[in-house]
Amino acid sequence: MSTQARGGPVQQTSSTFIGMPAFPEAAREALDNTQQRKNLRHATHTIRDKRAAVVDELPEWEALRVAGADAKDEALTHLADYLEQLEESLVAQGATVHWARDAVEANRIALEIARAKEVDEVVKVKSMATQEIELNEALEEAGVHAWETDLAELIVQLGHDRPSHILVPAIHRNRNEIREIFLREMAKVGRPAPDDLTQDPARLAEAARLHLREKFLRARVGISGANFAIADTGTLVVVESEGNGRMCLTLPETLISVVGIEKVLPTWDDLAPMMQLLPRSSTGERMNPYTTMWTGAHDGDGPQDVHVILLDNGRSHVLADTVGREALRCIRCSACLNVCPVYERTGGHAYGSVYPGPIGAVLNPQLRGTSSAVDQSLPYASSLCGACFDACPVRINIPELLVELRGRVTEEGHAAESAAMKAAAWVLSDPKRLAGAQRASSLVGRVVGDRTIRSLPGLGAWTSARDVPTPPTESFRQWWARERGDDR
Amino acid sequence: MSAREEILRRVRDATTDVTTSAGATPREPLTGSGAVGADGLTQFVETVEDYRADVVRVGPDGVAVAITAALRERGCGSVVVPEGLEPTWVDAVAEVAEVRRESQTRTHADLDATDGVVTAAALGIAVTGTIVLDHRADQGRRALTLVPDTHVCVVRADQVVQDVPDAVARLRPDAGDARPLTWISGPSATSDIELQRVEGVHGPRNLVVLLVEG
Ligand code: SF4
Repeated sequence: MSTQARGGPVQQTSSTFIGMPAFPEAAREALDNTQQRKNLRHATHTIRDKRAAVVDELPEWEALRVAGADAKDEALTHLADYLEQLEESLVAQGATVHWARDAVEANRIALEIARAKEVDEVVKVKSMATQEIELNEALEEAGVHAWETDLAELIVQLGHDRPSHILVPAIHRNRNEIREIFLREMAKVGRPAPDDLTQDPARLAEAARLHLREKFLRARVGISGANFAIADTGTLVVVESEGNGRMCLTLPETLISVVGIEKVLPTWDDLAPMMQLLPRSSTGERMNPYTTMWTGAHDGDGPQDVHVILLDNGRSHVLADTVGREALRCIRCSACLNVCPVYERTGGHAYGSVYPGPIGAVLNPQLRGTSSAVDQSLPYASSLCGACFDACPVRINIPELLVELRGRVTEEGHAAESAAMKAAAWVLSDPKRLAGAQRASSLVGRVVGDRTIRSLPGLGAWTSARDVPTPPTESFRQWWARERGDDR
Repeated sequence: MSAREEILRRVRDATTDVTTSAGATPREPLTGSGAVGADGLTQFVETVEDYRADVVRVGPDGVAVAITAALRERGCGSVVVPEGLEPTWVDAVAEVAEVRRESQTRTHADLDATDGVVTAAALGIAVTGTIVLDHRADQGRRALTLVPDTHVCVVRADQVVQDVPDAVARLRPDAGDARPLTWISGPSATSDIELQRVEGVHGPRNLVVLLVEG
């Protein structure tokens, strides 16, 4: 099914992730990494045992799951109404609301706000939405440093790495690696790590505390996401453990929150199931150490200049899919990752996205479409054992959605492959055409240089399976027109 | 078309199949059982302690002494107090530490150079061991309970509710006067390094809850 047919543009995000190898290849690399596999196994099993224990404490767990799913479904099926209500509540409480169709637009808005404040750095609290739109990279490119302040994110950022788990993004690093990263990198960007730093986790955390506090105290702009955005009160909610979230949300003069449009909850009362479901599913705690709730700007307390960027970036496209829309209920707790036998062995990087694990396997092809090789392979990154559905606090039927997506990928895959084969056969069948194709010089050629392209948008699986030469310098269409006139 | 109009149009187009009206989905009602009895208080103490916060149960006359003891034990030489803090508690702070008024610690650096903070609370939750601040005058603005390393928080027994839905019901923001809320369940903690729990990455590393009964 084409994007157009389903009405709406898909996610626009840079090709950093999409250019990654498809799942089977990335998974094979990850499988070779024994340390990562050991860490992941330990992590997923620890969290999942804790989760099981605290879930068992609540006899009404199943009713809560239903309440959570209902609240999200209510919000999603009447999303336009609730978004308008949210905007109205936010504005009434002194916040400024922005709307962003895609990653580029959201990044531009955030950058404009930072520019207006004349800052060259911002502090950030871990947020999947800002990772998805690669806001840090966009800010960095414009000369604004974005400091991640969550310990794991700091480890990832200083290690020039990518997060591998929604909840414990640096789980692929052990304490000795972390010590080395701190000693090597901290001094380059601020307060150095102490010379006598050991690999004791308490000492490592202390080094991070001191390094980051310097940044918190001077920061004038903070950036966050939100776990929930409540339509009837205009309250945003951020759930966290370390207190870095509170630092980013309260110390700067200006706060920018990037909120996916699916984060809306209809009413304040809907928080009740969510505040029980999320911490228990996520970290296996009865409650996470800190939750901050703010409603616009609060006189004399916290940021006085409060901005909210409501982000689509493919979500309305997923919403249009009456079967697949339930994936938007996801509250990013990561419970499904921790029970997934496939994820446990491959790790998060293999999914080629900020959304790894079972929900990533569903969400990425939905958000981005299934034209790339990685997105075509994701629906197969599952054993369909059903554990993810049982773990999911908002009852997303992930296995069912994966089967549905497999069907679509198969249909599309065949069509794309035969189109690609036909085009290629036509070029390859005539040496003169091929020479012409290779001789020409075009925009595409200049952008990609001499590198061999391993995956072409639209050709998907076919080109990713074997290397193809760098495309000619003019577009295929231009070349066609020149070589063949307009006899089409 | 503006981004706003376009997103709203896309979202409306995406949900044309929906036939129900907004607000029609029934949801679990809040339990709303109000304040708790003796069992609930014991549960509150246990769940707060489970997070490795310290809990001291005191009578109304014991609060001042308990504040002094808690600050002395944690070596707090300077303590910030919210503008609306009970005056006898402020006197108790003055016995062991230099008292800094909220209005005198205007900069983050002032707070960073302060060892501790003493506040009241908005409520406590028995099942989860959570205290909630709504940052009224007896709790101070949010930075007060965030930057100093020790937080002594006084919770009255009649402020403790059974579970999260009770808390949510009580905390609904007033239209036009929505208060910011901070939910605290134990001291700052991380498990990011090989899943080993470490306390105090960014927020206060010491949390002392004084539960006032009677
Ligand atoms: S799909 Fe469900 S279990 Fe997985 S992260 Fe989302 S809410 Fe959690």
